[in-house]
Amino acid sequence: MTGSILPTARRADARASTLAGVLIGVAIMAAVDEIVFHQLLAWHHFYDRSTPSVALLSDGLLHAAEVIALVGGFFWFADLRRRHALSSRLAWAGFLLGAGGFQIFDGLVDHKVLRLHQIRYGVHLVPYDVLWNVAGAVLVLAGAALLWRARSRGAGDGLR
Amino acid sequence: MTAVPPGATVPSGGPAADGSAWPVSPQLAHGGHPADGPGWLALLPVVLLAVGYLLAAVRDPRGWDHRRTAAWLAGCAVLAVALGPLAPLPGDPRGHMAQHLLLGMLAPLGLVLGAPVTLLLHVASSPTRRRVGRLLRARPLHVIAHPVTAALLSTGGLALVLLTPLYAMAERQSALHHGVHLHYLAAGYLFAWSLAGPDPAPRRPGLAVRVGALLGAAAGHAVLAKYLYANAATLPPGLTDRDPAAFQSAAQLMYYGGDVAELLLATALFATWYRRRAPRRRPSPRLIKRFASEKDSSLT
Repeated sequence: MTGSILPTARRADARASTLAGVLIGVAIMAAVDEIVFHQLLAWHHFYDRSTPSVALLSDGLLHAAEVIALVGGFFWFADLRRRHALSSRLAWAGFLLGAGGFQIFDGLVDHKVLRLHQIRYGVHLVPYDVLWNVAGAVLVLAGAALLWRARSRGAGDGLR
Repeated sequence: MTAVPPGATVPSGGPAADGSAWPVSPQLAHGGHPADGPGWLALLPVVLLAVGYLLAAVRDPRGWDHRRTAAWLAGCAVLAVALGPLAPLPGDPRGHMAQHLLLGMLAPLGLVLGAPVTLLLHVASSPTRRRVGRLLRARPLHVIAHPVTAALLSTGGLALVLLTPLYAMAERQSALHHGVHLHYLAAGYLFAWSLAGPDPAPRRPGLAVRVGALLGAAAGHAVLAKYLYANAATLPPGLTDRDPAAFQSAAQLMYYGGDVAELLLATALFATWYRRRAPRRRPSPRLIKRFASEKDSSLT
């Protein structure tokens, strides 16, 4: 690694790199959900009669926060890169954690607890729900593994 | 498979179920709008805004950034679209919603990024400059231009129009209709300026407050849109002839259009943060050269 010899190469900011990755991961997964399941497949419904009004409120907040997370995450990422403080491994780990975490949150809280909408209508929901949440869990586990590897290796060579 | 999961129904009749509603049967009930004249008359102030800005930009002794001019002209173009081609559809909720999105969200961002106050300060005489400076330091302006106040004025104003009989009244009275539009534009401008305006803004709060205000405004907008969708049969109250399907698609337009506006506002907001965090670059090359010449290769 010639990069670490340069005097400008500071230590990566581990916490900021991970968090920026988490923000981008959450936002990208939310965007995929919005584009693929709401718009392209039209499986999810825009609104469903059983939605209580508290859920409407929390959905609005979450939806607004996702857009801000997307933009803020990318600007944070760009700032870390500019300052040579980005650990790309940790950012990837954060990305997977964020994406999987959002998938599980959406599957459990939005679909089941708040009952905003279901994955699909007019079918047996159980296989869809299981697949949805298992996919999220796989992403989270992959992210956790990557995080653990990056951290145990990072002690040696400056977390790059 | 006949068993539908509980609560799986959506209010019947998407746009397709009632497609005939789109070319609104001549809305004689809303006879308040003279059909041809005011659409083009309303373009006059927009042309004045664009021409006035251009004249000032040309006269700026320090040279004015062309990107600012482009932003201002884009804002004016959006205004023109909202007031010209969309004006003949006032009885249709989708036309009203498109106008709201363009007037209250997109156009103000372009106008704010044009930095008109800075341009005015460049070209005006010194008494005018002093007066502008005094205005910018005035306490009431700081209260009104606080991001939270501005968010309340823009999203709250929209809620006031759509949840009260104000909407139905504005359909009938032309003056009120124009007043509502003016309010959308002014509140949208105030909000965009308070979040991300390049113009001088004394006492502008920090990033956290501004992001919070954007979050609150965008969340309120999204909730309002879904609430209107859910209650399209009753909601802008006081209308005599209503078409729920048209109101539902207007609500969806509002929801997704609000996303676009939030995305643009957030980009402008975080871009100011990114620019301010930039490492101070300008003096460094000379400094490095000077230090490097003193002690060879110490800084290479």
